[in-house]
Amino acid sequence: MLELRDVSKTTSGQPHISHVSLTFAPGSLNVLLGPTLAGKTSLMRLMAGLDRPTEGSIWMEGQDVTGVPVQKRSVAMVYQQFINYPAMTVYENIASPLRVAGVAKAVIEERVTHAADLLHLTPHLRRTPLELSGGQQQRTALARAMVKEARLVLLDEPLANLDYKLREELRAELPRIFAASGAIFVYATTEPSEALLLGGHTAALSEGRVTQFGPTIELFREPADLITAQTFADPPLNIVAVDKRGSNFQLDGGLNLQVPARLSGIADGAYTLGFQPHHLSFQPRASDAVAVEARVSVTEITGSESFVHLDFAGRRWVMLEEGIHRLDVGESVRAFIDTRHMLVFDTSGRRISTAAALAA
Amino acid sequence: MRLTKWLVPTLYITFLLLPIYWLVNMSFKTTNEILGGFSPWPKNFTTASYVEILTNPVWYNGYISSISYVLINTVISVSFALPAAYAFSRYRFLGDKHLFFWLLTNRMAPPAVFALPFYQLYSAIGLFDTPWAVALAHCLFNIPLAVWILEGFMSGVPKEIDETAYIDGYSFPRFFVKIFMPLIASGIGVTAFFCFMFSWVELLLAKTLTSVAAKPIAAVMTRTASTSGYELGLLAAAGVLTIIPGAIVIYFVRNYIAKGFALGRV
Repeated sequence: MLELRDVSKTTSGQPHISHVSLTFAPGSLNVLLGPTLAGKTSLMRLMAGLDRPTEGSIWMEGQDVTGVPVQKRSVAMVYQQFINYPAMTVYENIASPLRVAGVAKAVIEERVTHAADLLHLTPHLRRTPLELSGGQQQRTALARAMVKEARLVLLDEPLANLDYKLREELRAELPRIFAASGAIFVYATTEPSEALLLGGHTAALSEGRVTQFGPTIELFREPADLITAQTFADPPLNIVAVDKRGSNFQLDGGLNLQVPARLSGIADGAYTLGFQPHHLSFQPRASDAVAVEARVSVTEITGSESFVHLDFAGRRWVMLEEGIHRLDVGESVRAFIDTRHMLVFDTSGRRISTAAALAA
Repeated sequence: MRLTKWLVPTLYITFLLLPIYWLVNMSFKTTNEILGGFSPWPKNFTTASYVEILTNPVWYNGYISSISYVLINTVISVSFALPAAYAFSRYRFLGDKHLFFWLLTNRMAPPAVFALPFYQLYSAIGLFDTPWAVALAHCLFNIPLAVWILEGFMSGVPKEIDETAYIDGYSFPRFFVKIFMPLIASGIGVTAFFCFMFSWVELLLAKTLTSVAAKPIAAVMTRTASTSGYELGLLAAAGVLTIIPGAIVIYFVRNYIAKGFALGRV
């Protein structure tokens, strides 16, 4: 079990991590999700022991390891950049943590062969990393992290620099490869879809803070606040500031939206509404869908889906529609918001759960 | 067009190599022939000058002492510059940038300024007239240079490699020798070459800090010219033999020097 107790890290006056408390269970898969500069790498460096927290403590299996140097910890880490030892062969690269630990030759041979086999590196063992492709280099780094059989495995956006196909393939294999070891597995990513594919638990990070930590699917379905919801949305969450007056949400510019029956219980006042791109559509998906008039600004076609960027009351929204839609820029369209999945946040950014609203 | 394409490089190389050719030419002539008139190649080809240099201890000891202080200096410079350059490339500390620049300014002072204090100091502690005296004096300008060049090469190695090694369990010394030094091997080669070269060509400190036992070859050359008349053939042969070590070293590092230039550090 890895525990971070109220950990903060300040570098030259700049807070990088502030008051993070997290507990990772043994054998668990944990995702750190957040945009660039959210503090994912900083947090991993603290977990690994490469940096020392300014405040707070880090506990591993009930022992305080805050000041313990990284060499004495049971940690493996893989970086976004492909980091290997260029002067050694792939075999020696993978074997290096075992050689340092003084593991018997036969055991090294066995573990390296096994890891190379799992990561499809067997034909390249006698070559040096710089002769390999990017994907093979990163697999070498992964194999080195794997043979060490560390209790904590940190993967810092390991697939970000790989091409699409390799990424898909490795993402599916990674949890399987490391699950067998019973290690705590921490995976940093900027992509919400990657977090969802990996499953497990997710900690959403924003500006050095953990905004929410829990089962991945729960964070996606029921984010605790606006920042978490925005972190967990790709393309970005559509938001609009409204003022609730009786049965209407009033928007800037004198527009009104009908308050869906589900949300009628909440008190009058200022709110922020949020909804995912796929909850905005040209055809109403439910009887209480709210219709709005918006202007097309850009249409992106990915193949089977179209992302339509709409301007609505000074806000840029994104609509995800099946099929190919060709729309002229500036064209006025009628869009429907599926209010069943609409998220409502109060002025401080906390989500108002519908259940609580009904009870009130 | 074809002609000009060849003409320019040919002229360039001819003019560049002419003094060296003339030196080699002279080294195989007798002194009388050199003084007697213009001859583009030796009329009475003789290797007597070379035989004299390689058999007379006054001559070959000059080479031995030159080579020994140059090698000592190169080893000291590189081994002290390695940790210093690592610190400059990896750590942030108070005044690091100023200190780094100050190192370079050491190269701006003419060595003559330091000749007198070194002479006095080394005489006082009994280092005078030893290869160590010259080797240590040359550190004055070679260590800053070595730090400067090595820092460039080290900064080209991502810091994550260091960290990965620590995570793998390497201690610092083991990481430095087993992982890091092979990565900057070409940088070490280039640095060693420059230390070698500057120490090899430096004459003023080398002459001032030695008298008999550790007299460098360049000093031997000038003295021979003044004491026993004009032995031009002998001097030319000594000159040729002085060029050879530099030529050998530059042959081995020729590819890495281009890399050093690319890093803007040479």
